[in-house]
Amino acid sequence: MEKTTSIMIVGVGGQGSLLASKLLGNLLTDEGYDVKVSEVHGMSQRGGSVVTYVRYGEKVYSPIVTEGECDYIISFEKLEAARYASCLRKGGRIIVNTQQIDPMPVITGSAEYPENVLEELKNQGFQIDDFDALAPAMEAGSAKAVNIVLMGHFAAHTSIPKEKWMAALEKTVPAKFLEMNKKAFCLGYGE
Amino acid sequence: MKKLLIGNEAVAWGLYNGGLSVISSYPGTPSTEITEFLAKHDDIHTEWAPNEKVACETAFGASLAGVRSACAMKHVGLNVAADPLFTLSYTGVTGGMVICVADDPAMHSSQNEQDSRHYAIAAKVPMLEPADSAEAYEFAKSAFELSEQYDTPVILRMCTRIAHSQCVVDIGEREGTPRKEYVKQPAKYIMMPGYAKVRHPLVEQRTENLRAMAENCAYNRIEDRGSEIGIITSGCSYLYVKEVFGDSVSILKIGMPNPLPEKKIREFAAKVKKLYIIEELDPVIENHVRSLGIACTGKTLFSAIGEFSQQTIREAFRKEGVDFGESPEKQGEAPKVPGRPPMMCAGCPHRGMFYTLAKNHITVLGDIGCYTLGAVAPLNALDSTLCMGASVSGIHGFNLGMNGEAEKKTVAVIGDSTFMHSGMTGLVNIAYNATNSTVIILDNSITGMTGHQQNPTTGYNIKGDPAAKVDLEALCKALGIRRVRVVDPYNLKECEAAVKEELAAEEPSVIISRRPCVLLKYVKAKTPLKVDAEKCRACKRCMGLGCPAISMKNGKARIDTTLCVGCGVCEQLCPFGAIGEV
Ligand SMILES: Cc1ncc(C[n+]2csc(CCOP(=O)(O)OP(=O)(O)O)c2C)c(N)n1
Ligand code: SF4
Ligand code: SF4
Repeated sequence: MEKTTSIMIVGVGGQGSLLASKLLGNLLTDEGYDVKVSEVHGMSQRGGSVVTYVRYGEKVYSPIVTEGECDYIISFEKLEAARYASCLRKGGRIIVNTQQIDPMPVITGSAEYPENVLEELKNQGFQIDDFDALAPAMEAGSAKAVNIVLMGHFAAHTSIPKEKWMAALEKTVPAKFLEMNKKAFCLGYGE
Repeated sequence: MKKLLIGNEAVAWGLYNGGLSVISSYPGTPSTEITEFLAKHDDIHTEWAPNEKVACETAFGASLAGVRSACAMKHVGLNVAADPLFTLSYTGVTGGMVICVADDPAMHSSQNEQDSRHYAIAAKVPMLEPADSAEAYEFAKSAFELSEQYDTPVILRMCTRIAHSQCVVDIGEREGTPRKEYVKQPAKYIMMPGYAKVRHPLVEQRTENLRAMAENCAYNRIEDRGSEIGIITSGCSYLYVKEVFGDSVSILKIGMPNPLPEKKIREFAAKVKKLYIIEELDPVIENHVRSLGIACTGKTLFSAIGEFSQQTIREAFRKEGVDFGESPEKQGEAPKVPGRPPMMCAGCPHRGMFYTLAKNHITVLGDIGCYTLGAVAPLNALDSTLCMGASVSGIHGFNLGMNGEAEKKTVAVIGDSTFMHSGMTGLVNIAYNATNSTVIILDNSITGMTGHQQNPTTGYNIKGDPAAKVDLEALCKALGIRRVRVVDPYNLKECEAAVKEELAAEEPSVIISRRPCVLLKYVKAKTPLKVDAEKCRACKRCMGLGCPAISMKNGKARIDTTLCVGCGVCEQLCPFGAIGEV
């Protein structure tokens, strides 16, 4: 049986991870995979740490991803990439937006933001693809498009052709925001 | 039609296609989306009730009228609806009735980790428990037939993982179920002792009939793989077991946790050498298996606390020396990083009032909603949070217990939705039994925490259409409170004056702190504010608000313009005029 692929989309509540997982879910279902997605609703959406799991393959049972199982961590924020790093399997990859959002313990001064956290992970042997997704999102028209810029960036790592991603995007995003999101996706994809 | 659905949307489709006519619910994570998805259909009635008891009794009334009905709530909601539930078990139904209840193991968004299966057992009603969206659809749909066939309400138990996980569901067509003719049936529906005494034996008999059904129904199924170990499991635990063992162990999957079968369990247990029970939260199946005199391993290996995962299963069986193939190999350890707890949004209208209360060292009996987040640093504004409504009832008792000494420095805070849910009755008690209590209604014109649902104070119904709007000022007065005033929480001076005056007053009072939630579509953000680094002297006064948009960078305060909504509260705190529009 073909191995199940596991993806985690992590970030800060309110950053739009639900749309990102919806896009992935639609795409992978159209590709004919068995897909499970686990979302976060409720309290964490108020600025807490949020994690969404997407798993696909021939037959997927569990909707969640645990230690050492994750093929790709897609992170909206630096600290969050580090938080879930132990979920990455050997040889997995982290794709991370270099944005820094201070959590409340940092704001109140009871904790410090580990500025070089990505370098530390790289030194430990983690494969990390870090880039600024905020600037392209702004270029596309809104800071909110960070989610789609990241998905575009991730898409370039997969074997699924870009047209299919675009088709899934059309299915997922409301018409009003489609143009902006298409632009954000392409900027993330690297075009 | 095949679609990727979260469990709650699957339940909605199951209920809809099963012939639902009326659903009345109160929001609560992780159950809320069931009713939100149903509200998209115009050929059924959907509504947000003020609380779960009202919702459940509305569903009862609709069933009495002969149509298929439902209500949905989170686990603690069933505490509120428990009163109708226990007697509904006696009356039974006319139109099929389904009570959807969603547990929250690991407390992602809840104040406790209670296990709803105890209610099904205690109230003697059947309960169904799906393991994924596809089953959620099937179980919700078939629950109506079960309900009508056995003349009982049926509880559909969800949990966070299933409610909010997606898988592909094959959605069929809606079955139109005509309304049954209304016939007056006093002996069935008037539960006074004479009639209830006749109904109780029928309830006991029904449980026996259901148990017989449980032996052969499609809800409970055996996957016989001829293995030495056997696992009895249910809900999402089943998925984790399958993830680890695939088709290599024998499984009895329970889809109906009440009433549980006996013969089927004996038959399954007899075939295996060692029996494990894997269920999240309490040992409900385990206790039943033990009561049959069958040895098994359950809670000694699998905790009664929190959620499971495939990792839980692997770790447990590794301890047991059971082989399950390869374990995943991780790249490395995660570094220790600061936590990121949830917090009130930048510009949240609750913040100004909490700042005022914290500044004046007021004891605050809290309640449940976004404003529970006033408990976290730097505001640290709350003293207690128990359950919905307990702030208002609690302050009355607190003031009695403190013998009047605390009245001048204690308040209760409660949201608009929570006040409608169960705060009103507590306020009646304050007026009627006379404590000099001060209650602050944090009116942000929405049910915020659960994802922005309308409620009776907002002037709109579940579909967003205009609806009767509760006049909070008039209501509080009608309940017997003479001192009622409204303040704008964005105005710190006004907040402080109101709090001081009402605490000083020699009678109970209500302060309505009114300003809509900043996440509402009609609330337009203002220009973000900036800190003039020249003027900022790093006194950190503004940091005391705990607004996520403000942080210290290079020894000066800085405002993140992507987060700031220009509420202007921090500007009022800066003694050096460093915060402003340019
Ligand atoms: C009995 C019960 N039902 C439902 C919930 C879920 N719940 C938590 S907070 C909340 C409502 C909060 O609304 P409101 O009081 O208006 O405060 P806001 O979040 O808008 O600040 C609900 C429904 C609960 N905790 N307990
Ligand atoms: S959702 Fe609204 S009420 Fe809740 S924290 Fe955010 S601004 Fe405040
Ligand atoms: S004006 Fe000040 S308090 Fe209000 S959102 Fe902006 S930074 Fe936060």
